[in-house]
Amino acid sequence: MALRSASTQLLGRAGLLPAAVCNAFHRCMSTSDKFSVEVLPFKAHRIEPPNNVVETSIDELVGMYELMYKMRRMEIAADMMYKAKLIRGFCHLYDGQEAVMTGIEAALTKEDAVITSYRDHCQHLSRGGTVKEVMAELMGKRDGASKGLGGSMHMYNRQANFYGGNGIVGAQIPLGAGLAFALKYQKKPNVAIAMYGDGAANQGQKYEALNMAGLWNLPVIFVCENNHYGMGTAEWRAAKSSTFYTRGDYIPGLKVDGMDVLAVKKSMEFAKAYALEHGPIIMEMDTYRYHGHSMSDPGSTYRTRDEISTMRQERDPVERVRKLLLAKGYDAAAIKAMEKSVKKEVDTAVEEGKAAATPPNEWLWRNVYVAPANMDMRTVEGTYVQPTYDPTYSS
Amino acid sequence: MALQTSIARCNARVGRAPAARVAVKPQYVRGAAQVVAAKKKEIMMWEALREATDEEMERDPTVCVMGEDVGHYGGSYKVTYDLYKKYGDMRVLDTPICENGFMGMGIGAAMTGLRPIVEGMNMGFLLLAFNQISNNCGMLHYTSGGQFKVPVVIRGPGGVGRQLGAEHSQRLESYFQSIPGVQLVAVSTVANAKALLKSAIRSDNPIIFFEHVLLYNIKGETHDGDYCQSLERAEMVREGTDVSIFTYSRMRYVVMQAVAELEKKGYNPEVIDLISLKPFDMETISKSIKKTRKALIVEECMKTGGIGASLSAVINESLFDELDHQVMRLSSQDVPTAYAYELEAATIVQPNQVVEAVEKMCSKVAAAV
Repeated sequence: MALRSASTQLLGRAGLLPAAVCNAFHRCMSTSDKFSVEVLPFKAHRIEPPNNVVETSIDELVGMYELMYKMRRMEIAADMMYKAKLIRGFCHLYDGQEAVMTGIEAALTKEDAVITSYRDHCQHLSRGGTVKEVMAELMGKRDGASKGLGGSMHMYNRQANFYGGNGIVGAQIPLGAGLAFALKYQKKPNVAIAMYGDGAANQGQKYEALNMAGLWNLPVIFVCENNHYGMGTAEWRAAKSSTFYTRGDYIPGLKVDGMDVLAVKKSMEFAKAYALEHGPIIMEMDTYRYHGHSMSDPGSTYRTRDEISTMRQERDPVERVRKLLLAKGYDAAAIKAMEKSVKKEVDTAVEEGKAAATPPNEWLWRNVYVAPANMDMRTVEGTYVQPTYDPTYSS
Repeated sequence: MALQTSIARCNARVGRAPAARVAVKPQYVRGAAQVVAAKKKEIMMWEALREATDEEMERDPTVCVMGEDVGHYGGSYKVTYDLYKKYGDMRVLDTPICENGFMGMGIGAAMTGLRPIVEGMNMGFLLLAFNQISNNCGMLHYTSGGQFKVPVVIRGPGGVGRQLGAEHSQRLESYFQSIPGVQLVAVSTVANAKALLKSAIRSDNPIIFFEHVLLYNIKGETHDGDYCQSLERAEMVREGTDVSIFTYSRMRYVVMQAVAELEKKGYNPEVIDLISLKPFDMETISKSIKKTRKALIVEECMKTGGIGASLSAVINESLFDELDHQVMRLSSQDVPTAYAYELEAATIVQPNQVVEAVEKMCSKVAAAV
């Protein structure tokens, strides 16, 4: 079977195999059939880790690949737009870390809550947002995810329980504990995911949140996306202990290969079940960002280009899934077609973003408050303006 | 009498004298005769705040309280006394001592639709939570494009007490006033405390709700029934013609003590309790200034950058032609509150200073005529 599939692939890729034979092959193996993949074993702290065999299917992998590829293309487009000065201010890119959010989504529903830091473009996407919304927001246009008012670091999606998008390092962690508190208060069978980085792991408010979560058994999963650099400072220069998954002390933790979407998925399924029954758990995702901290940071003054290129060659999360799909006999042409369609989607989103209108001046005083009554606020010249309220921004 | 002993214990713990030093004058309500006491019960301000909390928690299951010692201990100023017995530990949550952490937690919960009342044991402690209050509380509705409301009430005592030392005697209302998206309210009477807290809890905006350490034991009557007071309207305390005195919180009583003195001297001051420190009720304020043509601000906030500084600027800019005298502003000195009694008294505004200020303003204007 393996030999046949290899030759089919080769021939198929070379375009030498007629479509009929390819289709015949696929009819033998259904794309929804489950198969097992081995991932790197998990490191555990105060808990018995799950085994390192993950069940998946072609269908699932295709879905994951599409999402990750979309994330990748979107972030690269953002890079180009930033260099073209169409995106200003801060822009923190997620390329390299796609497997983390994609794997998390594979284990969750939209009833679970997610909150993260400023590196949030791909979270917005995975939580049901569109590339168009992200692009328009980055360009400060009214069609953006936050109507052009938030920018790169402040994207949210209420319907999908995505709570942003937070600018201050670590401030989202207590918010995440609050999301879990509300879930427990309302007796919902859901978890909250509070994401932060290795830099934020040294914030005091993280420990305040851990303590409260542990005290009240809040259903929160603390996900530390350890990309090994807090802006320009390597983890070993900022943290006495960089085994982040152990730093919850009495709170159990797992360390996961964050470049492998299946490992992330398995660990998050485990974590969700644990959190619902017992309370908080820390997941350290061993991941990497190809770009610098943000677009202002070249990303090469504190790490070697060799390190970056080695990561790309050996552990790239998107490439890994692609290779796995091809190894499982998935049609390379189908992958190419999907990639082409994603590229088109991203390019269209960029063009639409460029063409979109900026938020009108009337929106300056819109939604500062909710349904304000008798509120007269003062303008620059000292005259008065009544703030308006319209959550739909219809005018 | 367990209540009395526990109050005495409470007073002893915070080093308070049993009775408030300033005599409480009857409240004057605009246009209405003084309320004749039928069988109405007088309660203390902490009880009024407790009633408001209890009524709102009963009415709406999403209302909850969180803070240090609000539950089993009974609340350090008794505002949540025994409420945990009625509503349980989750709805009256004893938090660890981590203001930044539990403020963030309260805001996160509010984003999902709960209505937490976050208590700062002293408003000064909330400096530790300033980032959460400024960024995640005030700004969130705007930056999320109107998606997330943050209906929190952040309440607690502030102001200068009785020799509590500098760090527990902060008057920092003004530190919060520049935060976009929040409302600031300062209560002063038993009636407005209950009515304003009810409104604050029902409001979908984040409200920073300033109580005062020395006012928890003042007595008064609450309004009947489910009375909610507007969060954006100032209160007319005493109608007059000579001068508009704008004040809030405990300074209202200092002003009224001065007014007793001024009445004897033949003055007729108008006293307005600002209530809403952000936004200012410019309708009431400008109506008063147009009538009296003199404005005096009496506040406990700091001179530099205080609430009065903002109000003075606004009055000068928008009501300059209505003024016969520059705006006068009595605020507390820009010093840490000393421990020694005399120095503490010299830090904040005293009634005699209010009397002098009014006399000075009125005589200067009279002389100019």
